[in-house]
Amino acid sequence: MAIKRRDLLKLGGLTLIGTAASAAVGGVYTKPQEALKGSRWALAIDVVKCKENRATCGLKCVEVCHSLHNVPSIPDKKKEIKWIWEEKFEHAFPEHEANHYLNEKLHDTPFLLLCNHCDNPPCVRVCPTKATFKREDGIVMMDYHRCIGCRFCMAACPYGARSFNWIDPRPFIAKVNPEYPSRMKGVVEKCTLCYERIAEGKIPACVEACPAKAIVFGDLRNPNDEINKILKERLAVRRKEELTTYPSVFYLIG
Amino acid sequence: MYNAGKVIIFIVVLILFFTIPMWLNLGRVEAIPKPELPKDKAKCIESKEYMRAYHMKLLDDWRKQAIRENKHVYVAKDGEKYFISLQKTCMKCHNNKEKFCDSCHNFVVTHQDCWSCHIAPEVAEKWQ
Ligand code: SF4
Ligand code: SF4
Repeated sequence: MAIKRRDLLKLGGLTLIGTAASAAVGGVYTKPQEALKGSRWALAIDVVKCKENRATCGLKCVEVCHSLHNVPSIPDKKKEIKWIWEEKFEHAFPEHEANHYLNEKLHDTPFLLLCNHCDNPPCVRVCPTKATFKREDGIVMMDYHRCIGCRFCMAACPYGARSFNWIDPRPFIAKVNPEYPSRMKGVVEKCTLCYERIAEGKIPACVEACPAKAIVFGDLRNPNDEINKILKERLAVRRKEELTTYPSVFYLIG
Repeated sequence: MYNAGKVIIFIVVLILFFTIPMWLNLGRVEAIPKPELPKDKAKCIESKEYMRAYHMKLLDDWRKQAIRENKHVYVAKDGEKYFISLQKTCMKCHNNKEKFCDSCHNFVVTHQDCWSCHIAPEVAEKWQ
């Protein structure tokens, strides 16, 4: 009996489905029970408190973040990598350059800069590989596996929050955290708001590390969250508001 | 067939040539990789057969789910839950990349680039 063309095709289809099914039977995926839940994570950095404690704190937030995430210390400024760093007011807010009174008042105040996890992130819009993307909880993530090192995101980010690995970073990591990866030559990196800690129910490392409790972490979309109370009571500014990137990092200046 | 004798001899020579690796390794059992398995563990997160066939797909799914979908827990077929992390989960049992991963990967000449970023336990140990 000759096999009909139609039956042959059906058999072929069945085999295909069978192969696909046998390859697909793995486990399932869920969120950890202990993970913090939010829909727009944000930071409020109290620069008044920061200034009061700056002389004694030893810049703990930067130290802890960089050692936890295996961020290298590269002495060459052109090749340096940073996730969170300290700046003067006039560099963090250059648009106020002409305002001498404000500049004078805030000249000695330290401003901690990091990725703003913008609500409208230009870096995400330009990334050709979707290596950087916005998570549903507001974190602007990096999937280093996909980054091709084109640096479009660095050109797009108005805050200089991204660093490119010009050289192999590993020789510049003095003490390694064996629980976290490093990056490699040719990828762009930045702060990911401690997504790996949030998954374990912990607040970001910089928030925890600050001895003055000058950084507050919370969910902007949760009206009962402490951060909303603070932002209502205090005078809060964001960097380069006029660009409508809607940063999630607020600076409490008064 | 013209020149049947010569043609057949040539075919045999060709077959021998292309199978040189087989003849060179003939009887050398030690060439077959024996990855070192964790001693105190009875099973991996899935069956041996599944891991053998699909570990690369599983790891890629882990990346997608944890990094892109924010789902950090893998529920295995037997219901057991695992936190998704190469360094904090896989390599806690398979605590030597050279003796586990590399033994097969070198044999089949497929060099993964996991380790240009992820830090193998033995590398971390030397680093400190
Ligand atoms: S601060 Fe820069 S890197 Fe961070 S989300 Fe905004 S544009 Fe992207
Ligand atoms: S450097 Fe990487 S993350 Fe940045 S735009 Fe290019 S591929 Fe995307």
